Amino acid sequence: MKFGVVVFPGSNCDRDIFNTIQSDLGKEVEFLWHKDKDIKHFSTGDCIVLPGGFSYGDYLRCGAIARFSPMMQSVISFAHKGGRVLGICNGFQILCESGLLPGALLMNAHRQFICKNVHLKGNDHKIYKIPVAHGDGRYYANENILDDMERNGQVILHYCNESGEMTSESNPNGASRNIAGIKNKPGNVIGLMPHPERASNPLCGNSDGIRLFEYFEMN
Amino acid sequence: MIYHVQIKVMPLKDLLDPQGKAVMSGLENLQIQGVKEVRVGKHITLNIEAASSDAAKALADDACKKLLANPVMEYYEIELVN
Repeated sequence: MKFGVVVFPGSNCDRDIFNTIQSDLGKEVEFLWHKDKDIKHFSTGDCIVLPGGFSYGDYLRCGAIARFSPMMQSVISFAHKGGRVLGICNGFQILCESGLLPGALLMNAHRQFICKNVHLKGNDHKIYKIPVAHGDGRYYANENILDDMERNGQVILHYCNESGEMTSESNPNGASRNIAGIKNKPGNVIGLMPHPERASNPLCGNSDGIRLFEYFEMN
Repeated sequence: MIYHVQIKVMPLKDLLDPQGKAVMSGLENLQIQGVKEVRVGKHITLNIEAASSDAAKALADDACKKLLANPVMEYYEIELVN
């Protein structure tokens, strides 16, 4: 499994995820410039990562402009063909703006930028401690879409407390139903607000990120 | 002819608007009383060259649908100024 990390103007977690993939996951990885288009050398078993940051300065709405970059056109067709795409933080916002994932990410309910460790619960019932760092991370979709996603097992990460209980206190941004990460119906496109690349090396004091990549079957 | 189009983009009425809440508390701190709710949106102006006002409006509507507003979280209104 090979990885490509898209670099937009304003991406700032591109090197972090690149290093994580290369050093901690031990996988082949390359940067993909937003003005380029060519990802023909990636097959559907490979994965394109949209990193965190502030693509295009978050102008208009987070992720709204990045969606129209030449590289995104290739990433969108790659995803439609079944190729794996992972969006982290700003990458998640871009995936929602692109229509590859349902819903949208709104300004945190308490208006503050949050940068701290949170606990997440996967559909595997395991608990992961991963940092979040965002101002616009409040996942929102209408009730019908949320019901539909839950029925299909598309909600893959919920904010929870240390014991795995999904309480309102453990919801850092006011996200609908404590949602931290989702996937599309076929399961090849994943978006999440937390940053596993910031917790994937023992030197960081936390390597739960690696467990998360295992959960995503990207290890 | 150039048509001046003004577009209002607002957060959907049912959605919490944290910016509006922050402005509301600012107004309260200034003792500006009687304001019951504040909601903050965007005002976008476009100068459009088109054959008719209908064509200009249609173009603005297309721009809103494709980029300027996200229907998941926002609604928009288009107004022709000239």
